[in-house]
Amino acid sequence: MAHAYTPGLKVMPCTMLRKKRLLPIPGKVLAALDQQVDALDIVAQTELPGKVFSVNVANRLAVGPDEIKNFMLKAEGDAVKKGDIIAENKPLLKWFKTSVEAPVDGTVEAVSLITGQVLLREPPKVLPIKAYVKGKVVEVTPNFGVTVEAEGTFIQGIFGIGGETNGEICVVVASPDEDLQPEAIKETHKGKILIGGKHASLATIKRAIEAGVNAIVVGGIHDRDLRQLLGYDIGVAVTGSEQLGVTVIITEGFGMIPMAEYTFKLLSSRNGEKASVSGATQIRAGVMRPEIIVPGFPKNVTECKKDQGRGWIEPGDPIRIIREPHFGVIGTVKSLPPELTVIGSESHARVLEVTLDGGEVIVVPRANIEVLEK
Amino acid sequence: MSKKDLEIIIATDCGSTTTKAILIEKKGDTYRQTFRGEAPTTVEAPFEDVTKGVLNSITEVEELSGRKILDGERIITPNSGNVGADIYVSTSSAGGGLQMMVAGAVKAMTGESAQRCALGAGAIVMDVLASNDGRADHEKIERIRQLRPDMMLLSGGTDGGTITHVVELAQFLKAADPKPRLGASYKLPVIYAGNNKAHEQIKAILGDRTALIITENLRPTLEKENLMPARHKIHDIFLEHVMQQAPGYPRLMKMVGAPIMPTPAAVGTMTEKFAKANNFNVLAVDIGGATTDVFSVFSGVFNRTVSANLGMSYSISNVMAEAGLANILRWLPFDMDEQDLRNRLKNKMIRPTTIPQTVEDLQIEHAVSREALRLAFDQHKALAVGLKGVQQERSISDAFDQTSSGQSLINVMKLDYVIGSGGILAHSPRRTQSMLMMIDAYQPEGVTRMAVDSIFMMPHLGVLAQISEKAALDVFYNDCLVRLGTCLAPKGLAKEGQLIMEWEVTGSDGSRQAGELRFGDILHVPFAAPKAKLVAKPVKGFDMGAGSGGRIEADIEGGVVGLVLDGRGRPFNLSKDPSKRRDDLNKWYKAMQMYPM
Repeated sequence: MAHAYTPGLKVMPCTMLRKKRLLPIPGKVLAALDQQVDALDIVAQTELPGKVFSVNVANRLAVGPDEIKNFMLKAEGDAVKKGDIIAENKPLLKWFKTSVEAPVDGTVEAVSLITGQVLLREPPKVLPIKAYVKGKVVEVTPNFGVTVEAEGTFIQGIFGIGGETNGEICVVVASPDEDLQPEAIKETHKGKILIGGKHASLATIKRAIEAGVNAIVVGGIHDRDLRQLLGYDIGVAVTGSEQLGVTVIITEGFGMIPMAEYTFKLLSSRNGEKASVSGATQIRAGVMRPEIIVPGFPKNVTECKKDQGRGWIEPGDPIRIIREPHFGVIGTVKSLPPELTVIGSESHARVLEVTLDGGEVIVVPRANIEVLEK
Repeated sequence: MSKKDLEIIIATDCGSTTTKAILIEKKGDTYRQTFRGEAPTTVEAPFEDVTKGVLNSITEVEELSGRKILDGERIITPNSGNVGADIYVSTSSAGGGLQMMVAGAVKAMTGESAQRCALGAGAIVMDVLASNDGRADHEKIERIRQLRPDMMLLSGGTDGGTITHVVELAQFLKAADPKPRLGASYKLPVIYAGNNKAHEQIKAILGDRTALIITENLRPTLEKENLMPARHKIHDIFLEHVMQQAPGYPRLMKMVGAPIMPTPAAVGTMTEKFAKANNFNVLAVDIGGATTDVFSVFSGVFNRTVSANLGMSYSISNVMAEAGLANILRWLPFDMDEQDLRNRLKNKMIRPTTIPQTVEDLQIEHAVSREALRLAFDQHKALAVGLKGVQQERSISDAFDQTSSGQSLINVMKLDYVIGSGGILAHSPRRTQSMLMMIDAYQPEGVTRMAVDSIFMMPHLGVLAQISEKAALDVFYNDCLVRLGTCLAPKGLAKEGQLIMEWEVTGSDGSRQAGELRFGDILHVPFAAPKAKLVAKPVKGFDMGAGSGGRIEADIEGGVVGLVLDGRGRPFNLSKDPSKRRDDLNKWYKAMQMYPM
């Protein structure tokens, strides 16, 4: 990320892209350089250290912290099962006997004679990392993972929830300005990635979860529905770890906004094909947007372009307006006046002239547009 | 070089998105900021070298000023004619700033002291662990493991007291085996500033797992807080460990003539210098896209808090979540559908660089900003408190005036000066908007001067103040502060329309204004004289700082806004009736000439 935030979402029929697939802590890399991998192949794996639980043995046995050494039945490093007795006192009368049991399976990590606490650690958990996209391993980062290179259709959304998933693309609306209705979701859509048009309501998303749909891609959703779905307000756009049973990607924004026609047509051209999808979004330094990747070429494309985001705009570029009073409107750049212009709010801002579909020309701050990258 | 030799100073602030350079020149006896340049910060890929952005921003200053400052990638020192500068200084908050986790035995005592210590050093405090923080032990350990701070501050216990709690925290820390945020190969720096009796045990537990630094206890007794030794250690480690891991910083450290400071620490230093030089109680705020920093100096005591998720773009949705929709809607002088507001704020969150194009949209952002400022101020008041857990001796007469320990140091009646910075305050289309937003959020009482930092120059000046306090203060008064004016707000409540104060102001230029203030009104009096004398006579039941009905005389400042006489009373409450509330807001906004009609 060179510049904090570059407006412009990628919607590309075919591009070469690279995905780093790395473990959070060192582990074992399971794929080799130049190896072809499928989306679901495990490319690296590690063991996450187990959770630590503390047991206050001194309190339980009513002895001083440094005295617990006389009553411990297990030593540091010993394996224990849940319910095993780890310490026990030795009273003259056995009715007064007190035993301290291990609350979890694991090993004894530490015995402290200062605090009288014993720390137990649960067994490690296996953490596998999948390839996520079908492609070729082009780089191996020892002990951490690989970089997979893939060729395919690449579409970024503006916001998503839910993590990575895979499935067959299934377009379930006739046009980009049609709502995705709950009744349009059938049992046959289980495990698929559904492409809707303008909007998905709370009922639609709930229906998708019920039917076992893997992901929904639509133009917009209402924030109120999102809140009800999650049970809390998303304060900062850092998502991807939600466990809803479905990944949701919006391509345009919050509200009722038809999906950009170009995006819809491109997704429709890959109907029935397998795709990799991620809802993970991070809008901070190191911006990350949700994405849909479909390996291979669309039928009408013969050559794969390199990702060459231009980073500037010029007359003739297609753009989308991303703020009121023209939110969601698509047009073409007519001109880029260099001087600062006073806008309706009385701020001085750099602006551009936009020609709308009907031929009308409006003035919009440059900060309030997004280039439609193709 | 001696301080009197300083004539040309170049200073940069490396922010997370932009690196800003300013040139300061000595003109006669006074230092003035003359040129500025900016360039995108280059900490992240593909550049991964902060000095690129620094050099680009300085190049812009060179082009604008005609002064040659750089020889390739080197700053020419000292200055000679139209070439070079005498010193180069810099602050940095790039790459997420300084992120810390702190721990103390008791949350309200050593936990709070440790938090104040880290915040004052310019850090973002990711979490405060304490033996009594209500979390189960395994939850604490899990939390330490998940967070990847730049460093950790461990405190606990007074000197010579019990060591059990602090040793327990150290054991949890060891079990969690936390990794630093940058540089997977080096050990996490841990500063121990707790009970001195536990040094040996702490060394035994953490010595080999962490880069352990032991310093003086930050709470040697319950009655005393000793934050400076630990704060100095935080700065040392920031420079020695954290900065060394950040891309290009080792090179930047060789370029500067004074240690690099975390940006908030520099702003804090400048706030303190200003307060001390004028004997003022000062509140300074920097409201950004993601976070809001609040600094205060009351009765000479400095405090800083950072509200990590209260901001105007990345965190705008969190302001809505924390304040509640109703609290944002209450500032709007028109009706708005809840769903529409929700969607608009979320759309700003996902497209954080967009700007309001219409007055209506601007008013929505101003409504959010009042709530963000208010919430950050509430958080500040909660931490800027006297020491808790201190035994107080009481006489019989005190029995009627029961005060508990740990009261907030912030008293808005005694607040002399408010300084606002951050886009929404510094770049509002009309300055009256900045002033009323701050008045609404902070509800100052009595006489309060207000200003904004025009281009967020306080970081540069804070780091410069370490070398030359005069240069920093000269530029601060002459070029950094845009004086808005003074707010006069009598404390008390009455019936609408009732006379609550008579006032008279005489400017240093001889200009004179006088009038009456009625309850429920705002009077805006344009008044530009930099210095003026105020005489205010509140009626009985209203207080301007001299008690109910007490006449006051005070030195005040005019400015680009002038005087704002706030007759809405304190505590100030908006009407619960939506139609009356909207009428009131429209009346006040009109009185302030806030928005185009």
